[in-house]
Amino acid sequence: MFENILIYFVVIPLVMLGGLALCRDIKQIRAVAVAGSVALMGLSAWLLVQYLELRAAGATEPMLFTGEWMWFRPLNIHLAVGVDGISIAMLLLSSIIVFAGSFASWNIPQPKEFFLWLILLSTGVFGFFISVDMFTMFMFYEVALIPMYLLIGVWGSGNKNYSAMKLTLMLMGGSAFLMLGLIGIYYHSAPEGGELTWNLLEIVNNASIPHGWQQFLFPMTFVGFGVLGAMFPFHTWSPDGHASAPTAVSMLHAGVLMKLGGYGCFRVAIYTMPQAAHELAWIFLILTGISVVYGAFCACVKTDLKYINAYSSVSHCGLVLFAILMLNTTAMTGAIMQMLSHGLMTALFFALIGMIYGRTHTRDITKMGGMMQIMPYLSVCYVIAGMASLGLPGLSGFVAEMTIFVGSFQHADMFHRAFTIVACCSIVITAVYILRVVGKLLFGPVVDEHHRSLTDATWWERVSTVSLIVCVAAIGCFPNFFNNLINFTFSPAIFHVLGMN
Amino acid sequence: MDYSQFLAMKQEIALLVVFLLVFLYDTFMPARSQKGLPWTATLLMLAITAAGFCPCLLGTDTGLTAFGGMYETSAIVSAIKTILNIGVVIVLIQSVKWAGSEQMTMRRGEFYELLLVTLFGMYLMISGRHFLVFIIGLECASLPLAAMVALDKNRYESHEAAVKYILTAVFSSAIFMMGLSFVYALAGSLYFEGIYNAIYAERSIMLVMALAFVIAGIGFKLSLVPFHLWTADVYQGAPTSVTSYLSVISKGATAFAFLVVMAQVFGSFYADIWEWMLYALIILTITVGNLFAIRQRDMKRFLAFSSISQAGYIMLGVIAYNTMGVSALMYYVLVYIFSNLAAFGVIGAIENATGRVSMLDYRGLYRTNPRLAFTMMLAMFSLAGIPPFAGFFSKFFIFTAALGQGSVAIYVLVLIALINTIVSLYYYLLVVKAMFISEDECVIAPFRSACSERLGMWIAVAGIILLGLASPVYDTLLGLGADSSFAMFFIR
Repeated sequence: MFENILIYFVVIPLVMLGGLALCRDIKQIRAVAVAGSVALMGLSAWLLVQYLELRAAGATEPMLFTGEWMWFRPLNIHLAVGVDGISIAMLLLSSIIVFAGSFASWNIPQPKEFFLWLILLSTGVFGFFISVDMFTMFMFYEVALIPMYLLIGVWGSGNKNYSAMKLTLMLMGGSAFLMLGLIGIYYHSAPEGGELTWNLLEIVNNASIPHGWQQFLFPMTFVGFGVLGAMFPFHTWSPDGHASAPTAVSMLHAGVLMKLGGYGCFRVAIYTMPQAAHELAWIFLILTGISVVYGAFCACVKTDLKYINAYSSVSHCGLVLFAILMLNTTAMTGAIMQMLSHGLMTALFFALIGMIYGRTHTRDITKMGGMMQIMPYLSVCYVIAGMASLGLPGLSGFVAEMTIFVGSFQHADMFHRAFTIVACCSIVITAVYILRVVGKLLFGPVVDEHHRSLTDATWWERVSTVSLIVCVAAIGCFPNFFNNLINFTFSPAIFHVLGMN
Repeated sequence: MDYSQFLAMKQEIALLVVFLLVFLYDTFMPARSQKGLPWTATLLMLAITAAGFCPCLLGTDTGLTAFGGMYETSAIVSAIKTILNIGVVIVLIQSVKWAGSEQMTMRRGEFYELLLVTLFGMYLMISGRHFLVFIIGLECASLPLAAMVALDKNRYESHEAAVKYILTAVFSSAIFMMGLSFVYALAGSLYFEGIYNAIYAERSIMLVMALAFVIAGIGFKLSLVPFHLWTADVYQGAPTSVTSYLSVISKGATAFAFLVVMAQVFGSFYADIWEWMLYALIILTITVGNLFAIRQRDMKRFLAFSSISQAGYIMLGVIAYNTMGVSALMYYVLVYIFSNLAAFGVIGAIENATGRVSMLDYRGLYRTNPRLAFTMMLAMFSLAGIPPFAGFFSKFFIFTAALGQGSVAIYVLVLIALINTIVSLYYYLLVVKAMFISEDECVIAPFRSACSERLGMWIAVAGIILLGLASPVYDTLLGLGADSSFAMFFIR
């Protein structure tokens, strides 16, 4: 079992938990967190290299590094792992954000408990991305959700009890639909008389889900994952949850957890039930189209920095689901790029907001101003994040959104084009709220004289922000590399989806 | 008479021997040795639990009948008895401190003797294949429990609870027997097999009434809504050790006995009669149990309503009507025993140390007693079905089993049950919130719980963590279910 490299994505966090139990003071805890997240980052980088080598050598299977170990024999449940380009991109993203998040929570109170839950959360995230067995996937999915309750409830700010409960219940509500959908898929996963399976690759090969059942199971699974992807009208947990969460948790949640939704929608709902996806995509296109525009408009009227960014996340994550539902190669590639891009820049945003809030003790933009004079480093980072968000060429947002809209416009019919144009408008609205914040918060006169005595970023904050900015710029400058990484295996999957039509 | 038939009753005989030993110990040992009774009883119980794992009981034999078919045992029946034994051992370990305390000096023996008698009754309910044996078991399992509920002699609530319990128990027995008299009128037999064959194709209003009475009668013991009204008061009034026994062992045994009756006596009416009765009962039970649990602030009442809704989930294993359902039900009971006993272990420890049982008193528990708070949190997560704890697996498997039945109606039922898990998560999280998040003043000072209590909680926590992740447990139960005599009743 341990000869498979993927399994270490779960083993390392578990070892970290063990190490954490032995820690005596905050220095040791920091050491464990940093060592573990560096190890995870190294592991995912090494995985990337290995993967590219194998592909270059001509490996054509849809998933590489696959491994299967029997778990519950009578139900045919395996611990099955495997990755393709998309999963590797997601693993890279997760490990970078876990790394940045560890630095962003350098001085957290009650560090032992905090990192316990944070690492448990990342165990769930990594486990989710490496699984190809629906049961283990779902198990890791729920493992990632529940620590949020305590992380927000104990370390959060503002109306944290309400937000934590709302977030947990809504996400678990999504997973209730999901569970029904997954068990339903299981019972139709093989032709009459064949052995039922939870393995996604086998289900796709069998392609045996009857048409009528697809129309029932597709909405179940899509909505189930869509709740986590902040699909309208199930997005309301997101602003409250993000606003109340502590910095590192907002980063991980917006940066990684919301991607679980998009990834799941693609990997489970669309991949296994392409027919239903074709027929029912229009319903969800309308819903995600609403999230894209509505989220952006909401961000325009908020004055709390975290709310602004949370609504912007709703808008951007809506775009991910929107692009996936376009069901063509270009748009879906764009969706994956958007997941990466949004994950990194949102994490950067939340990190910066946390750092500013830690100094000024307010997140209300009407009570702050002129930060560029006071903390130039953080302000410049904020501008960079903002530019990435509104799609400045050279940064990640541009690449992703451009690909998505080009892909969406390839549909020749009126409906798709109209919705693409509507969704395009969100770019303009994004520029409005980003520039408004940048103008009010960073430039202009200093509103509160007490703020003049504040200090700029410390070294650990710089590590956290620089690592994220480098990644944002890397995607923006070398989009082709990521494009190839995703496309390598994306095409078979896509052709499968299209071929079913 | 062929006395070798008694050999089929190995587990009952072992239990009887334990009962006699405890009785003799209690009666004839000098007063200074009486302190040793709790551990003696626990160790004896542990011995027969361990014997349950020996291969002669867990063999692959499909069944062994005695006394002309009145009594049946098989691998799966031994397994459910062993599961109950495990639960009883944990209950006994957790109650060592309470039973050993001063106030219990005069009643210590009664607690153990009554408990063993009720367990014996549950064995008979599970193994009886003739309604006379079944009723003897049912009464044996109900009436002594009333006396156990009243063990807290100096508390008013304890008496009230006992009266409520005995009235409902007797009432439900009467209803049950009313149903049986109808069945007897139709079939002319009280043997399960005889009834099954005699009324196989019968469809009459009398049969519907008989089924309704039988389900209602057993429903009282399982505390299915609308027969649940006694539950909260009895759970609250009874001593905590008795409550935990009542909530897990009694419920688990009755659930299995219910499955046996429904499948092996009324199996041929599944699709057109009792599936719909049970369907309605499950929806009511889960929903009402959950909604009422939200409002509770007394921990024991809270767990009473939680256990009502859990009974609804257990019934999904019956309505599934396949061998996977049988195994999922047993597995659910096993996991439920560990999860609920972890919760009751904490409640008992806190009650013994400080006398507090309100959820409001649990605020800030993590700051003063972190280990107790952690145990409680694991129990709550397991009851709510959060991975990687065992409760997640048992819920998942019982839903899988139910959906294996395949009809659209069952999909709707499972969806309702799943939505209800969200409601249940809300109130389980309220406890977690009180312990971990609340910033109010801590009411409960740090204390060190007794050795026995800690041992009981450790066992429960180990079960919560391991039962799900270790797949052989469920695999074994599933194998037993597939090999069992149930398989022949599930042909539709």
